[in-house]
Amino acid sequence: MDTNQYLEVFIDESKEHLQSCSESLLELEKNPENLAIVNDIFRNAHTLKGMSATMGFEDLADLTHKMENVLDAIRNDKIKVTPEILDVVFESVDHLEEMVNDIASGGDGKKDVIATVELLKKIELGEALNSSVQNNEVAATTNVEAAALLEYDDFELTVIQQSQEQDFMTYEIAVHLREDCLLKAARVYMVFELLEKMGDVIKSSPSVDKLEEEQFDNDFYIAFVTKEPAEDIEKKLLKVSEVDRVIVQSIDHQALAKAMHGPTEQAQVEQVVLEQPQQEVVKIAPADAPAAKKAPAKNGAGHATSKTIRVNIERLDILMNLFEELVIDRGRLQSIASELNHSELNETVERMSRISGDLQNIILTMRMVPVETVFNRFPKMVRQLTRELNKKVNLEIIGAETELDRTVIDEIGDPLVHLIRNGLDHGVESPEVRRAKGKPEEGTIVLRAYHSGNHVFIELEDDGAGINREKVLSKAISKGVVSKEVAASMTDNQVNELILSSGFSTADVISDVSGRGVGLDVVKSTIESLGGNITIESTEGKGSLFSIQLPLTLSIISVMLVEIEKEIYAIPLSSIIETSIIRSSDIMNAHNQKVIDFRGKVVPLVFLEEIFEVPRNETADDEFHSVVIVRKGEKMAGLVVDSFIGQQEIVLKALGNYLTNVFAISGATILGNGKVALIVDCNALIK
Amino acid sequence: MMANTLDVESLKVIVFQLADKEYAIPVNQVQGIEKTMHITRVPKTPRYVKGVINLRGVVTPIIDLRERFDLNTSGDNDSTRIIIISLDEMEVGFIVDAANDVMDIPKESIEPQPEVVGSLEEEFISGVAKVGKRLLILLHLDKVLNTLK
Repeated sequence: MDTNQYLEVFIDESKEHLQSCSESLLELEKNPENLAIVNDIFRNAHTLKGMSATMGFEDLADLTHKMENVLDAIRNDKIKVTPEILDVVFESVDHLEEMVNDIASGGDGKKDVIATVELLKKIELGEALNSSVQNNEVAATTNVEAAALLEYDDFELTVIQQSQEQDFMTYEIAVHLREDCLLKAARVYMVFELLEKMGDVIKSSPSVDKLEEEQFDNDFYIAFVTKEPAEDIEKKLLKVSEVDRVIVQSIDHQALAKAMHGPTEQAQVEQVVLEQPQQEVVKIAPADAPAAKKAPAKNGAGHATSKTIRVNIERLDILMNLFEELVIDRGRLQSIASELNHSELNETVERMSRISGDLQNIILTMRMVPVETVFNRFPKMVRQLTRELNKKVNLEIIGAETELDRTVIDEIGDPLVHLIRNGLDHGVESPEVRRAKGKPEEGTIVLRAYHSGNHVFIELEDDGAGINREKVLSKAISKGVVSKEVAASMTDNQVNELILSSGFSTADVISDVSGRGVGLDVVKSTIESLGGNITIESTEGKGSLFSIQLPLTLSIISVMLVEIEKEIYAIPLSSIIETSIIRSSDIMNAHNQKVIDFRGKVVPLVFLEEIFEVPRNETADDEFHSVVIVRKGEKMAGLVVDSFIGQQEIVLKALGNYLTNVFAISGATILGNGKVALIVDCNALIK
Repeated sequence: MMANTLDVESLKVIVFQLADKEYAIPVNQVQGIEKTMHITRVPKTPRYVKGVINLRGVVTPIIDLRERFDLNTSGDNDSTRIIIISLDEMEVGFIVDAANDVMDIPKESIEPQPEVVGSLEEEFISGVAKVGKRLLILLHLDKVLNTLK
């Protein structure tokens, strides 16, 4: 079977399922008694099993199956949830993730997981010895599923009741299509057609819509009212080609009603879901309900209401590139229109600018993804690491819904992993040390994301040991990162930033969590390559705050165009506080630095003309200077230019591979007149 | 014109002039030849980096080969051209005094660089070719571009 075209969908969905598995597992760890959560995990695992079997990834399907057995035993109260069991299940999910990633990168998803499988089996058998039911595992599972997967709302129960009163029989039919079935929708149609001739279908799971769209693995379930005997139904259905197995069991209204309104937690949860007016597919709904609260935009699979399509990111990139061309031409048109000063032309150009502005917003938001997609793998990682390190840490995630450009999202994951590992290893102390210091035993790491202006900030705050200035300095000196003389005069923040330089590691003992000294400098360079920057604030004994500033988008930014002699430079609006015009007499001297008094603060002046070595024909000694006040974090500087031109949206372009690392220039753009203007990197100008 | 070399294995090159010498770059490394246009100066770069141009929407750095090789520049005039070359994902433009010929050089006529050429450009030369009475200097583009870093 040619499954390539489904591979991408399979990978995406598998990742989603695994993600909700791990989320639920973490939840389960906190509430080990809540069987509804076990059901969630079970359903996710079950779907994953079906999908991977269809796609021919036997190892994946097999491991999922083993995991499912354990979960099944848990939800049937045969096994009690213990941390040890959860460890094994977590391990399995990890293996599954690795397999899926392997498949995603072109592998065959094979992995040696015998150890885990053995553990799973042990857990499962540990109880299975007591209950002989497990022997006939396949049949048992199927039956359990059939009973568990079809749930009825009051209306449907009434229908069943009434038909039973009129001597109709009610059956639940489980149909299993062959694994290699190509035209699943067609087979479903044939099954339904057959059934409609014999009686009435009350409901199906998955819903008919989903069945028609082939959104199911090889099993589906039907509740059916008829006067025909069960054996006949089974035989007739088996005649439909590519139908592998049919199980028909009769159901009793009273037993059903009891099950539906029964006191068990599982039923209650599902009842809540069933009260929704729509005949939602129960198999998916409970899994989605908790997820929906956290991520309304995500998890398209279960929501019939929000229609989404998957678009290849490459196409979006092409769209973006084309749009960039348009923005350049828009700039050109605007400058032509302002030269000609033709009222109708002006009007049209203005209209076009507005429309293309809207278009720009839409295209940009289309590429936006909530940082949640990166953050959601951290709770599990933190859990695992804290166990390895014997520490107690609570990870708090704030602002996971903050959206960022897809390209940034793809890159930001690894740096964050490094930072969190670093925080866990070096930041948060062991419980004993914390107690001795009078802190709560459990450390807290806060991962926070929020928008601010044209930037997104991601902050990682811990209440751990903080950065020890002396330790960092002596290390830096011994590693030759700084000289002794420089070290003495460094500010605390500069010292903090030393831990981001390459070849640096302060851990006394090198652990395998972090401390190979290769992590944090990679973090810094990755973030800088994304056009962002990272700062560290730290108080010894109190904790540290790593703050990452990232551009909202990578391609179109608002700038202020300024002129120096005949050269035009662009200053990103995001770093500008305001512009002002100052008198020469307002300029003061502090040491060798010219400064001004700006709203009560002393702000150093940077003469761009000197920094950029602009050739001057004549030294103009104006009495007034145009100053752009820019900031980097808390620090400010005043950039002195000749004149302001105005504000404009520009397309960010790289200077090319030949000119890398030009001082204080972060890129270039093409102006309306076709000339290139350079973009000033304010961060480099503020010391 | 080159009828005598048709049946010999040959190298197609773009011939250009710097001061009074003729140089050659293999044609497959050349993206195009442009007339001079507005160049935006990029501060804090080596003297021979003239700046960047807008080459149909792509910001392309420009190197003045005359300054790169420390030749006397006669300044820009009507025949001054920018040769856009592409090498290892890098697009760079070279300012040359004139670019006016595409030529097939028989491979056998290419000789290694003579021991003494007597100028700074020596290290950038991969060989010389004698075609008729003309002496063409073949450039080592990697080296011309590399030394910036």
